Amino acid sequence: MRLYRLLLLLYPASFRREFGAELRQAFAARRTAAGSAGARAALWLETVPEVVGNALAVHWDILRQDVRFARRSLTRSWGFALTAVLVMALGVGATAAALSVTDFVFVRPLPFVHPDKLVRVWGRLPGYAHLELAPANFDDLKAGNRSFSSMAAYMGFAANMVTPQAPVRVAGEYVTHDLLGTLGVRPMIGRDLTAADDRPGATPTLLLSYGFWQSQFGGDRAVVGQSLTLDGVAYEVIGVMPRDFQFPARTVQVWTPFRFDKAAPGYDDRTNYALYSVARLRPDVTLAQARSDLAIIASRLEAQYPQADKQLGTTVVGLRDDLSQQSRLLLFTLSGAALCILFIACANLGNLLLVRGVARRQELAVRTALGAGRERLVRQMLTETLLLVGLGWAAGIAVGMLAVPLLARLVPSNLPVAGVPSVDVRVLAAAGVLTLVTSLAFAVVPAWRGSRRNGFDTLRSGRGAMGGRAERVRAALVVFEVTASVVLLVSAGLLLRTVARIRQVDPGFNTTGVITMRTPLAFPQYGPVAARQRFYQQVLDGIKAIPGVTQAGYTSWLPLTFGGGIWPAEVPGQPVDRGASGSASIRYVTPGYLAALGIQLQAGRDVSDHDTQQSPYVAVVSESFAKKYWPNGSAIGQRFTMAFDQREIVGVVADVKVRGLERPSEPQVYFPAAQVRDGWLAFYAPKDLAIRTTLPPSSIVAAARQVIHKVDPAQPIIDVQTLEQLVAAQTASRSEQLRVLGMLAVLAFLLAGVGIHGLLAVAVSQRAREIGVRVALGARAGSVVRMVLVRGVALGIAGLIPGIGLALAAGYAMRAVLFGVEPGDPVTLAGVAILVLAMTVAGCVIPAIRAVRVDPMRVLRSD
Amino acid sequence: MSHTHDEVQGFLPLPAATLHILMALAEGDRHGYAIIQDVAERTGGRLRLSPGTLYRSVQRMLDQGLITEPRTRPAPELDDERRRYYRLTSLGMAVARAEAGRLEDLVRMARATGLVPRKA
Repeated sequence: MRLYRLLLLLYPASFRREFGAELRQAFAARRTAAGSAGARAALWLETVPEVVGNALAVHWDILRQDVRFARRSLTRSWGFALTAVLVMALGVGATAAALSVTDFVFVRPLPFVHPDKLVRVWGRLPGYAHLELAPANFDDLKAGNRSFSSMAAYMGFAANMVTPQAPVRVAGEYVTHDLLGTLGVRPMIGRDLTAADDRPGATPTLLLSYGFWQSQFGGDRAVVGQSLTLDGVAYEVIGVMPRDFQFPARTVQVWTPFRFDKAAPGYDDRTNYALYSVARLRPDVTLAQARSDLAIIASRLEAQYPQADKQLGTTVVGLRDDLSQQSRLLLFTLSGAALCILFIACANLGNLLLVRGVARRQELAVRTALGAGRERLVRQMLTETLLLVGLGWAAGIAVGMLAVPLLARLVPSNLPVAGVPSVDVRVLAAAGVLTLVTSLAFAVVPAWRGSRRNGFDTLRSGRGAMGGRAERVRAALVVFEVTASVVLLVSAGLLLRTVARIRQVDPGFNTTGVITMRTPLAFPQYGPVAARQRFYQQVLDGIKAIPGVTQAGYTSWLPLTFGGGIWPAEVPGQPVDRGASGSASIRYVTPGYLAALGIQLQAGRDVSDHDTQQSPYVAVVSESFAKKYWPNGSAIGQRFTMAFDQREIVGVVADVKVRGLERPSEPQVYFPAAQVRDGWLAFYAPKDLAIRTTLPPSSIVAAARQVIHKVDPAQPIIDVQTLEQLVAAQTASRSEQLRVLGMLAVLAFLLAGVGIHGLLAVAVSQRAREIGVRVALGARAGSVVRMVLVRGVALGIAGLIPGIGLALAAGYAMRAVLFGVEPGDPVTLAGVAILVLAMTVAGCVIPAIRAVRVDPMRVLRSD
Repeated sequence: MSHTHDEVQGFLPLPAATLHILMALAEGDRHGYAIIQDVAERTGGRLRLSPGTLYRSVQRMLDQGLITEPRTRPAPELDDERRRYYRLTSLGMAVARAEAGRLEDLVRMARATGLVPRKA
């Protein structure tokens, strides 16, 4: 019998209370009837599954009943249900999206063997923490180190591939043959590169990316062994990389060995900062040991080559940590903001549930009085809460799935992790659990406590008065919401000011009315200077003939598109300064380029058609370059040596923001496109075209394409954009950040507003009686309004003060992403303070009006 | 008390256990164990309601208003003080009749198709 009692525990308590005794009697009767031991055993065999099955069925019945009841009760108060679901959806969705993206970037292991052992090796000079390595220095570091089991180098290139349709631009990477071995990756089909492939004179070989293989060869496995022509050179395809392999960036389509020729001119140039390097630490070597190991080699190199390797150092960082400080901070900011939203959402949810709990206290009391067991009431409440949380969670998943693609644009493109982030199930689960716990804490616990108390008090008093404690909890929740929204608003405000400041920066050229495009030249076809000059001449002549075009010219790289090409200048009689201020960025330009961009000529002349390969080499320099070396006199006519040749300065122009609007740029020097030796510095050959026109810039694109196509039908044209678009792209990622953070901030702000309004509205309706008495005793409307307002504004200020403090801390933490704005920016802080107080007052308005309208007679009579 | 057509039809078809319980109670108030015995007897032992199934059905039928717990107890000599008795409500009666009618129609139709042999 005891066993049967235990079995009965499977039933819900309410059912047990109702029918437990009957069930026991029935069972006792059958046991007596059974008699023999065998029959009894049979009875037990029958009874156990019967009880289990029926208990489950009863639970199911109750669940269905409760769900039906919950649905009815939620539909009846749909305003509450909708708000709660929305609040949860936003909290869960925003958090899930933000943390999923952050996890994707920071936490998920890179798709390589033992990725924690992979490091990136950079050179270092004063002013440059992450400098590419010169080939000769790379070889010495590779041969001399005792820290790495392997060390590989790579360098980007681009080439033209002629296809039956249109010329295609291919993004490739020169790599040392041991790159894949260092990463621990193998080709999906075909073979890896070998040392034999990587020798000067070896047959050029090529590995294809999965995407390139699919798009150009339709995934044909027979591609291995085929020949592919890039820039007129035939490569043998030896393999295809796995689908998820992307190194060093998403965009790379082919990999080919360097085939370094150590005898070639330029190899010995230790200031040719060209190579990127990735290395694998030996199993027993730590990052710190590797750093000191390389530092020793670097100082040895400096001793050996005191001129070229002066002050040379190295930077060694984990591959995963080799992200820009900005992307890192940005994602942390985002995650912080999203967590803020989640907490605000939970606070709001708690508040909503508390209010609802109070409103339903009467209902609970009535049901208790009618004999509903406490267990049934709590269970009912639980079901309702779970249903609510389930709905909120489902909506949250939807929000998260919508938001992730938006946030995915914030993933840095140089992250060697394939694919796009998707909503992380763990994050969703965690956010779901948090809302669940919140809901249980604020819905079920009060119901539990409420049903224990004597319900008759509630019934007798006729209204569900809120206890002082619940009100204090709610006030604390609202203060918390205000605090969090202040932090978010200030952060968003600082970013807003940053973007505005960046847009105010003068780039040094005139952005309106200019269309730009890139015509990457094929080599060796355009190796001879004469061949290039012919191309530029014909294209520019054709373009200038287009109606509306006023100026056109070619440059190596348009401003803001490439930060490299930096060389130290040697000025006779002055020490060589290899730092950022002594070096300059070299751009080869055709006549007309400076005018097309509207870079102002301050003295002397522009480069001209008379500056040929045979005439004396000349240069146009920027103002800061001239001031640095000839601070007192005119720079015109002065001489300096850069990139192997001495040149005479013939003109001085205004400085341009080469590296970006918010970063300091090196001074600039411009060389005539023709003044370079054949085959030298092909990397610098002008390929970016800028056209100034009086018509809308985009309207001449078709005509320009025709001109170029007529000159060279195999010439691809890429990156067509107006100069305005190019500059706007500078702030695009920030605008993106701002939009995301701004959206979160507005959300937080609205949620906090809803919280304040809700709190005051309930407080007023609860204190209607007190207000009625006051009015009856002669209180004026003004004093009633003041009473409500004071309470609201007090809440606002209580949240504002810690909020400002935290916002200052957050501002300092995100200092690296700010530009031209201090974390304690008074305009932003004051603006947010005013906004929050205004919101508080706005939240008070309706409750205050209601308070004034309280009819003392009616309130008092109802008691 | 009369019940609307829709109200009654909404219960149909009835689960077999429910109909049997209604039939058992049609003869008078019964307590739970008595219903089990009654059903077993009527079906010649072919349907033996387990106590769990019975009380689960009873609970649902109480909720639905098909049966009720009477305030008035049976005659003292028949009353078992410790037990809970159940009584058919007018709704329960109407539903049981409607179900029986439905089954009868069904059987008639089955006969008309020759699926079931006609009674002599």
